[in-house]
Amino acid sequence: MKTDGRPAVSEALHEITLTVNGVVREAKVPGRRLLSDCLRHELGLTGTHVGCEHGVCGCCTVLLDGDPVRSCLTFAVSVDGHEITTVEGLSGPGGELSPVQRAFSECHALQCGFCTPGFLCTVTALLRDNPAPTEDEVVEGISGNLCRCTGYQNIVKAVHRAAELMGDEA
Amino acid sequence: MTTKLFGERVQRREDLRLITGQGRYVDDLGRDALAAAFVRSPHAHARIRDIDVSAAVDVDGLVAIYTWEDLPERVRDPLPLLIPHPALTHGRTAYPLARDIVRHVGEPVVMVVARDRYLAEDAAALIEVDYEFLKPVVGIEEAAQGAHLVHEDVPGNLGAHLVQEVPSASGAGAREAIEAAPHTLAFRLDFERSASMPLEGRGVYARWDPDDRSLRVYSSTQTSTSVRMAVAAKLGLPLPSVEVIAPDVGGGFGVKIVHPWPEEVLVPWAAMLLGREVKWTEDRREHFISSAHERGQVQHVRVGFDGEGRILGLDVTILHDHGAYTPYGIIVPIITATQLLGPYRIGAYRVEFSSIYTNTVQVTPYRGAGRPQGVFCMERTMDRIAAHLGLDRADVRAANFIQPGDFPYDQGLIFQDGRPLIYDSGDYPESLRMIKELIGWDGFAALKAEAAAEGRTIGIGLGCYVEGTGVGPYEGGHVQVTSDGRVHVSTGLTSQGQGHETVFAQIAATELGVPLDRVSVVTGDTRRFGYAVGTFASRAAVMSGNAIALACRKVRDKALRIAAEALEADPRDLEIEDGMVRVAGNPGASIALATVAVLSNPLRYAFDEEAKRATQFSGAASMDRPPVAEGEEPGLEGRDYYSPVRSTFASGMHAAIVETDPDTAEIKILRYAVVHDCGRLINPMIVEGQIHGGVAQGVGGALYERMVYDAHGQLLNASFMDFLMPYATEVPFIETAHLETPSPLNPLGIKGAGEAGVIPVSAVIAAAIEDAEGITIDRMPISPSELHELRGRATS
Repeated sequence: MKTDGRPAVSEALHEITLTVNGVVREAKVPGRRLLSDCLRHELGLTGTHVGCEHGVCGCCTVLLDGDPVRSCLTFAVSVDGHEITTVEGLSGPGGELSPVQRAFSECHALQCGFCTPGFLCTVTALLRDNPAPTEDEVVEGISGNLCRCTGYQNIVKAVHRAAELMGDEA
Repeated sequence: MTTKLFGERVQRREDLRLITGQGRYVDDLGRDALAAAFVRSPHAHARIRDIDVSAAVDVDGLVAIYTWEDLPERVRDPLPLLIPHPALTHGRTAYPLARDIVRHVGEPVVMVVARDRYLAEDAAALIEVDYEFLKPVVGIEEAAQGAHLVHEDVPGNLGAHLVQEVPSASGAGAREAIEAAPHTLAFRLDFERSASMPLEGRGVYARWDPDDRSLRVYSSTQTSTSVRMAVAAKLGLPLPSVEVIAPDVGGGFGVKIVHPWPEEVLVPWAAMLLGREVKWTEDRREHFISSAHERGQVQHVRVGFDGEGRILGLDVTILHDHGAYTPYGIIVPIITATQLLGPYRIGAYRVEFSSIYTNTVQVTPYRGAGRPQGVFCMERTMDRIAAHLGLDRADVRAANFIQPGDFPYDQGLIFQDGRPLIYDSGDYPESLRMIKELIGWDGFAALKAEAAAEGRTIGIGLGCYVEGTGVGPYEGGHVQVTSDGRVHVSTGLTSQGQGHETVFAQIAATELGVPLDRVSVVTGDTRRFGYAVGTFASRAAVMSGNAIALACRKVRDKALRIAAEALEADPRDLEIEDGMVRVAGNPGASIALATVAVLSNPLRYAFDEEAKRATQFSGAASMDRPPVAEGEEPGLEGRDYYSPVRSTFASGMHAAIVETDPDTAEIKILRYAVVHDCGRLINPMIVEGQIHGGVAQGVGGALYERMVYDAHGQLLNASFMDFLMPYATEVPFIETAHLETPSPLNPLGIKGAGEAGVIPVSAVIAAAIEDAEGITIDRMPISPSELHELRGRATS
């Protein structure tokens, strides 16, 4: 978390309305509140993790109007009126796991789980845009997310597996 | 024991919460807690002249500001030196907030507590600290010269000096054996710093309950039991009034075994003092400059050997950079010095290390813990011997192997647990055969020639290691079967992604004969299990796995005793399968384990239908004995501990083929192969995951990661933009094969697997680059620009 020099004695709050995981949510946030902090601390959606606070690790990746963004590099006020999907919103309405979630578990594509929400969001968008990626496309597609546990091998495997599951269900 | 679940690729039970965003990491807790932030030293070495907080006090939402002066007795004392050693004659630890002197960039100086983290950082930014600069001491060799001192009272910056010597069978010392050897070589090796770098940094959240005067602390730690003892001692609280919980932890890799961190003392202290919940979450820059690093060493090697490459004498002198403080003692250089020997029988060995203070972040174990440096040293030595004699590199290794018939094999040294370095089991020739086959060692010359014909440069490398795992002193397990038939397992050590909930459940389900889904596992929560050491040194499966198995065996014996009485059978005729205790060969005579649990607890009050069976008028009890017989306890539960006489030694061999670009000097790993022997496998899927992750960290250490300090002690690359950890694009596909040589030391025959993957990677990659380029590689990591420079030097 970064400060912006000399603070205001009392910060002005902005009312914003976000549609998060299909639910309209309202929040009052200072202009400098990061989307990641807003999701985690204002809205209580702690599934989105913060690993580096400077947009490199990808742990905080969420879907903004369907596209992956770094929520740690996004001001909450700048996405007023937009739709956000976080890891909590990837499962179906009855809690059924998405193919990407199932594939990650099946392929042992997570260990400590801290980077996992970012990967799940990234891969969900990747497979939506490219339902049958090649090996190179998979590696390229996840190359903006760091994982310190798995060595990526099982994540790559999981992306292919998720594509397969989605194909079966289509 | 049936082997239905033990050894199976069971899917992880941790996953569901982690893939749905329901994990609970420290920063996910305590939504209304006050936030702490720290003013940290911007200088590597300075005296604090004054701290001016006046500009900060007007910040909206500020709650408190603390400097060292504000801290009470015990809290203000230096942090503990966790692992004393007679050779660590000048051990030094930091104050929780700097007192007078700061000794590295990032050392905490002031603690700020405010309504939220933004405001705490606002206030921290307005605090003015006036420093008088002192000469920074940076670089191992510069520090060892002692011209300037990190600690005024530590001459030569020398924290520890240790010599271990094992003479040859004929009694010759290493130096003597080297002099007398037909061939000798001498060279220097360098190994850079890296760091554990878990994606979740450290974090502490404390709740003080003023009504019952108790403290609950959540910490992203590898040892909750020991943090608890440290916090209770520092805060002067009775131990039972303090509970520490390691919730989901986003990776550890060693750095979180260090404790108590300043924040682990200060956050609970502030929570108590303020009567408010307080939380601190480390940010990434803080992690780089105020947690811990590892690896940095300079090694000087002399070796004497015969015409077949057998080592007759080896003399290694190590300069180890342990940074500004030594809270974790000298474990890292001790491990380097001892595990350097690997799978080899060495004629005579002498190893000497000097552990040196510098004005940099402290050095404590990172996955591998000194072994990558030791293995780099030994494997580079093997390759040099092979080159000198014109022999195959694998053959030279084979000529030095300890043979399968030689176990237990005593290396004659004292290991990191203070116990003799005696290898329990292994099969190194078979491991070598497997790795050669897996990578295609014997056919590589042809492949290399083919590539050369196409103008491509490729090379192959090999690296072998032995890893002491499962160090003591002990771990425990508690197993309780409740009257609903569920099995609750707890152990005190913590988890950071290793899949303990799964593998310990596999062990318990197998031992007790119950379905896996009836078993739940809790780790790292002192409310459930108070006695433990922690998760490090590839010890969790060995230590807690065996302790849980032993506890399950107690529970099983008790269940059979009670069931035998109910079924009027001999306990020896009973078996438990699928949660039912039954007479072998008589399926009609059976009783559910759930019912046994009911009967194990004589009741006065029936709290449900099932409980009626155990009440006093149910007619089940004998009138001649007390309801709880002598020596028995109510409840179907058991607790046991596993405390090994010494470590168990896993081993493995890695091989890689790399390609180097003739123009750009880019280094690409074409193939990476691993043969791994961690004894009996509990869950091969999880072991392979551990290997993959370890190798990836090894690739980082070999090709990308380094801590770049300038002469002023500033860490120039303290961000993920500049400290290059591998992405998916940098890690090769890892081919694995398992060898299972059971450990004779523990009931389950297992050895540790957590660290192994990382250990030989730098050695293997160095060897492969050297083979490709024909240029000696004597320092790691190596970047394309460094390789380019080496090429220039080789041709000039």
